[in-house]
Amino acid sequence: MNEKEKLFNSGVLVETRKGAVEPPVDLWQNKKNGLVIIECPQRIPCNPCHTSCPTGAVKPFRDINDQPEIDYEKCTGCARCVAVCPGLACFVVDLTWGDEDTALMKLPYEMLPVPEEGKSVDCLNRVGEPISRGKVVKVLEPMHDRTMVVHVEVPRSKVMEIRTIRVVR
Amino acid sequence: MKGLRQTEVLVIGGGPAGLSASLEAASLGCQVTLVDSDLALGGQLIKQTHKFFGSKDERAGTRGFKISEILLEELDGYKDRVKVHMNCTATGFYREDGVVSCVIGEDEYFRIKPGKIVMATGAQERLLPFPNNHLPGVYGAGAVQTLMNVYGVAPGKRVLMVGAGNIGLIVSYQLMQAGVEIAGIVEAMDRVGGYWVHAAKVRRMGVPIYLRHTIKEALGDRVIAGAMIQEIDDKFQPVGKEIQVDADIICMAVGLTPTCELLWQAGCEMVFVPQLCGHVAQRDLFMRTSHPDIWVAGDAAGIEEASAAMVEGRIAGVGVARSLGKGDSSEHSKRLEEYRRRLADLRGGEVGQKICQGLECCTVNEWGV
Amino acid sequence: MIMDLIEKHPILEFKHGKKVKFTFDGNEMEGYEGEPIAAALHANGVRIYRVTPVKEQTRGFFCAIGKCSSCFMVVDGVPNVRTCVTPLKTGMRVETQRGKGVIAMDAE
Ligand SMILES: Cc1cc2nc3c(=O)[nH]c(=O)nc-3n(C[C@H](O)[C@H](O)[C@H](O)COP(=O)(O)OP(=O)(O)OC[C@H]3O[C@@H](n4cnc5c(N)ncnc54)[C@H](O)[C@@H]3O)c2cc1C
Ligand code: SF4
Ligand code: SF4
Ligand code: FES
Repeated sequence: MNEKEKLFNSGVLVETRKGAVEPPVDLWQNKKNGLVIIECPQRIPCNPCHTSCPTGAVKPFRDINDQPEIDYEKCTGCARCVAVCPGLACFVVDLTWGDEDTALMKLPYEMLPVPEEGKSVDCLNRVGEPISRGKVVKVLEPMHDRTMVVHVEVPRSKVMEIRTIRVVR
Repeated sequence: MKGLRQTEVLVIGGGPAGLSASLEAASLGCQVTLVDSDLALGGQLIKQTHKFFGSKDERAGTRGFKISEILLEELDGYKDRVKVHMNCTATGFYREDGVVSCVIGEDEYFRIKPGKIVMATGAQERLLPFPNNHLPGVYGAGAVQTLMNVYGVAPGKRVLMVGAGNIGLIVSYQLMQAGVEIAGIVEAMDRVGGYWVHAAKVRRMGVPIYLRHTIKEALGDRVIAGAMIQEIDDKFQPVGKEIQVDADIICMAVGLTPTCELLWQAGCEMVFVPQLCGHVAQRDLFMRTSHPDIWVAGDAAGIEEASAAMVEGRIAGVGVARSLGKGDSSEHSKRLEEYRRRLADLRGGEVGQKICQGLECCTVNEWGV
Repeated sequence: MIMDLIEKHPILEFKHGKKVKFTFDGNEMEGYEGEPIAAALHANGVRIYRVTPVKEQTRGFFCAIGKCSSCFMVVDGVPNVRTCVTPLKTGMRVETQRGKGVIAMDAE
């Protein structure tokens, strides 16, 4: 088992694979409100990302165990999937946000304390290392079920690394 | 006979399987008595704060304890047909007359003679052998969940989790939600056994997962103070240096095994099926065991998931109703067909394949007469 | 005073019942009526529930569902009570169980 495999086997995405791909850059760069990034590379009996997507951007599953496939043309960056996915595996990244060095990420969050709008937070990568600071823009609870969707302004260069935030006291 | 109670259907266990069986049987017109040894109904569900997988039919995306609330609300609609006893353990099945003995609390016994029985007793946890595993602070994952999610008591300050199956991963996440630190997760295999997305959730919060590691010994005198963990090789032999981990709780999440004492007592034909995590009863397509009056459902019939447990419970409910002549046969067939389709869907993935292999070893089409 | 209670939780709200007093090895403690004795003890920082008969090892909570017998204690004089599934009542006398415990026999 090489180091990459070892990391992946412990729940860390190391390269794109079925169910965990990057959006096409051309479309992504100009898409206001952003596009979804889903990191769900394993066949598991689960499909709320598809059933909850209002635009059909997460393509129909032939079988409930399929990995999600995305039609990026249809994705509006609404982040409903971010709020419902039980695996917390959906994220939205809006590259049109702010100036050319910033981007907006819409991340699922189920911990305490709840981040405060306007405050600065630690942005963590897939192994929990703080790799930059981010500014909380908005905190929503779309499904009223205690899963928050936190909008954070982050450095654009880090959007493929940042996967969660930590409130610093 | 004095003191002998009667019921058309006795459902033993009020988790998702037992609740679903009760609801289904009641909806077809059966009188049901439901007993559960816990202080509240819902089984494992009431401890689950995370959103469930599965499809819409099994309420995917809904948190476990909410699913239990939904089932209990539905049960409320059948108050006249379902009698519930909580804090009530079924302790024995007497083969000669089909009587079941029950105890409420620690000392109030009664006997009950059911027409049909659904055994939905769920599962119990396994433990690993290691020095000092008896010390207070070595807790089953279920106990940790009960403490923190049902009674709001923090189990400890810093937890070492043993096992990276779904339970180990989810309970780690739940512990962090309760404000408890996770020292790490130890897993003997070379990959997490639970869903990858559950592992990703805890990894991104900085929790290390030690693949191919095991717990060598627990440290502490009268209570847990930490643990030694060590890497293991292909043959599970310890190699490399030992790592000392500070922790006041060692949480064991190394698997469940079906609770089947009553099935043994009843003389049901049992088989050992590794894919279902232990001894399970042979069953037909309606979940009926080799004993003509006994059905099984849920984890007691093989370790799986709440989603499947609910559907199996429904199937067993149709089964008992059918054998009691309640409801008409076209309705039975219609429901059975629908439930079997849902089970097949749920079992289509990687984990489902293993379950299906296991089921092949313990399912008969029809019991010969 | 009750310690170790989770006060804020991102998902759950805890509805505790009535607060009652009980004793553990003679010390007064508080807990919630109807919740398992073992949970109340844990909240009060008690980890050791019994001492085994032969090796005199300490035991505490383990399964929390009444199946493993790790949590046996003497409650109101009765030994081998599964404290993880026995509801707390006001004034209960809870004691560490040492050894097997003695069952009181009614004089006949
Ligand atoms: C941490 C964790 C996370 C999980 N996550 C998921 C998930 O995301 N999705 C999913 O689908 N599933 C999940 N599961 C699995 C799911 O909870 C179980 O598969 C499901 O609860 C099994 O249902 P059951 O009714 O068979 O058993 P249980 O829920 O275990 O219920 C059995 C009931 O029977 C009672 N009982 C046992 N013996 C007796 C007796 N002799 N007399 C009276 N009563 C008795 C018990 O008190 C209990 O209430 C998870 C489980 C755990 C532990
Ligand atoms: S962000 Fe909205 S539109 Fe895009 S995939 Fe998710 S739910 Fe569908
Ligand atoms: S809802 Fe989330 S976990 Fe489920 S299939 Fe979709 S992305 Fe994967
Ligand atoms: S902790 Fe297992 S019986 Fe009480």
